[in-house]
Amino acid sequence: MYKLYTAILKELRIMLRDKAALAVMFLMPVLLVVVITSIQNSSLKMINDNTVPMLVCNRDGGESSLQFIDALKKIGMFDLQKADSSLTDKQLTDSMHAHDALIAVVVPQGFSSALKSKSQNITGKALTEFGMAVNTPQDSSSVKETPPVSMFYNPVLQESFRLSVNGALKSAQQFTENRAVLQALYLAMSNKKLPDSLEQQILNNKSVITQIPTAKDGSRKIPNATQHNVPAWTIFAMFFIVVSLSTNVVKEKISGSFIRLKTLPTSFILNLAAKQITYIVVTLAQVLVIFSLGIFLFPHIDLPKLVLPENLGSLFLVSLVCGWCAVSYGILIGVYAKSMEQAIGFGAVSVVILAAIGGIVVPSFAMPESLHLLMKLSPLHWCMEAYNTLFLENGYVANVLLSLLPILIIIAAMQLAAIAGLKKQRLI
Amino acid sequence: MESAAIQISNINFQYAENSGVVFKDFNLNIAVGERFGLLGPNGAGKTTLMNLMTGVLQSKSGNIKLLGKEISEDKGVKKLFGFVPQHHSFYQELSPAENLEFFGAWAGLNRKEIKERTKELLSVLGLSNVADKPVSKFSGGMKNRVNLAIGVIHRPKILFLDEPTTGVDVQTRHAIVDYLKELNKAGTTLIYTSHHLTEAESLCTKVALIDEGKIIANNDLQTLLQEHKQDGLEGLFLNLTGRSYRDS
Repeated sequence: MYKLYTAILKELRIMLRDKAALAVMFLMPVLLVVVITSIQNSSLKMINDNTVPMLVCNRDGGESSLQFIDALKKIGMFDLQKADSSLTDKQLTDSMHAHDALIAVVVPQGFSSALKSKSQNITGKALTEFGMAVNTPQDSSSVKETPPVSMFYNPVLQESFRLSVNGALKSAQQFTENRAVLQALYLAMSNKKLPDSLEQQILNNKSVITQIPTAKDGSRKIPNATQHNVPAWTIFAMFFIVVSLSTNVVKEKISGSFIRLKTLPTSFILNLAAKQITYIVVTLAQVLVIFSLGIFLFPHIDLPKLVLPENLGSLFLVSLVCGWCAVSYGILIGVYAKSMEQAIGFGAVSVVILAAIGGIVVPSFAMPESLHLLMKLSPLHWCMEAYNTLFLENGYVANVLLSLLPILIIIAAMQLAAIAGLKKQRLI
Repeated sequence: MESAAIQISNINFQYAENSGVVFKDFNLNIAVGERFGLLGPNGAGKTTLMNLMTGVLQSKSGNIKLLGKEISEDKGVKKLFGFVPQHHSFYQELSPAENLEFFGAWAGLNRKEIKERTKELLSVLGLSNVADKPVSKFSGGMKNRVNLAIGVIHRPKILFLDEPTTGVDVQTRHAIVDYLKELNKAGTTLIYTSHHLTEAESLCTKVALIDEGKIIANNDLQTLLQEHKQDGLEGLFLNLTGRSYRDS
């Protein structure tokens, strides 16, 4: 035990005296998690919580156009700002930038008259079908085609969001058309204007769609930027210790310390064990620091507070196994790298790539199908899956163990490859 | 009492199947208490032989015994010898005391023994006033002394020294050689390689000249000089190994 103690003490002393490595291990992930969570949170807030600024240029001015704008307002998605109807398309887009509006809608001239003509035509056809005399035009060729509503948008808008705006516009237009047909039909049948109360009863859709996020334990936690980013960038930080750990291994190889240790009456495996224990403790310290930020700092900087899963034992187990996986990767790179430059370069770049394909930067469900097989090769992906089981699905121990199995297989493969490399280099 | 410190019998060694044979049926005996110089030109096989004797490399056949114990089989044999590599094979970020604490523990000493030996060695090698400073700030000579201290912390009976004075000033070289002689007087067998032939002449009682994996001379230094009618080790070296480059 004393040998192991001195080996761990040696690793700790070397690590604590390397200020740059400490900054990479702790400062960098702290900055990353705060910055990226803030960015993603503001994007999500813009879409989920806030109304989107929208300029409305009503070049028609008729009743139906006003009803259309009113329907848009009632959707609740948009903060409508009136634009001068005399603006040209160019002036309108300039005005969008001036008002920070991401979207502008133009109701074209003739919108109301075309809609009126269309509704009268439909009414005439309907009454004829009922066998009632009508004096409304039924000839489809004389009915005006409704000129299309135009939508201008800022190209930064994601396609999915743009499609939902498009859907909202169509819904508002459909509502306006239905209303016009209903009013025309009622007028033709009763020679009276449709009472508002009846119109409300007919048109107002009271049916509700209940949306329920499902978790493994049946709870209904809604994921936010914090719940994804804190574990994601903690995993990234854990794996980024490869830079420090692999250079540590390479340094010992180059200096001849490994050879010297081979001449001493102690198993070399103890040295590897000491390195792994020390660096696993570092990864757990990273988890503690970054998760504490999520819990204690985030609420003070207008970010959602990190909510820990109920099963803290499983959280520790997942963190331990993920840390061990990161440490195994660092040892592996250190064993095969021939110089410190190789270890730093390959270590850093490979972790960034593995993070990108592993669902750290972009959640795995949002990644293209073609990358799904590649994604499964990244140990970071399996670590993310394990954390997601806890954070987003509130998984049980059994669920967590299932997620940890691929990580344990990867660890075993990396450890064996490292030992094979050390044997090939006659270091053990 | 064992009279042979090192007994090498019929060893064969090559680094890889497709590389050249370094040693073929190689034999060498070194007696207890000797200050043995293993000399030869670059590429002669000195470092490979030292790595075989310390168990860093393993021969395909034959055996190497240290004080009667087989190097490749007996785990306890590693407590018998110390190794001072040519390079500064320790942790530059740590202080001499911290390095000695780690290597001492790995050599099998307990906490108390390490403390005592650390104090003693740092004092003898003139490192007491920098005991707690990181070695990375030290001069080459000081680093060589730390390297030596680590090799002898567990009071080995055999000490392997691979060019222990490379890159140091005259004062440090003399101090190291004097210390090695003291160790030898106390009973430690020294196996030494170097390209400093004058230093070897002053330190070694017996010399083996090795070239292309074969021993071309092995005897008391004075006997060798008389046999080959040379008045110094450098003349003897050139006389036996020739003047052509060996590492081109």
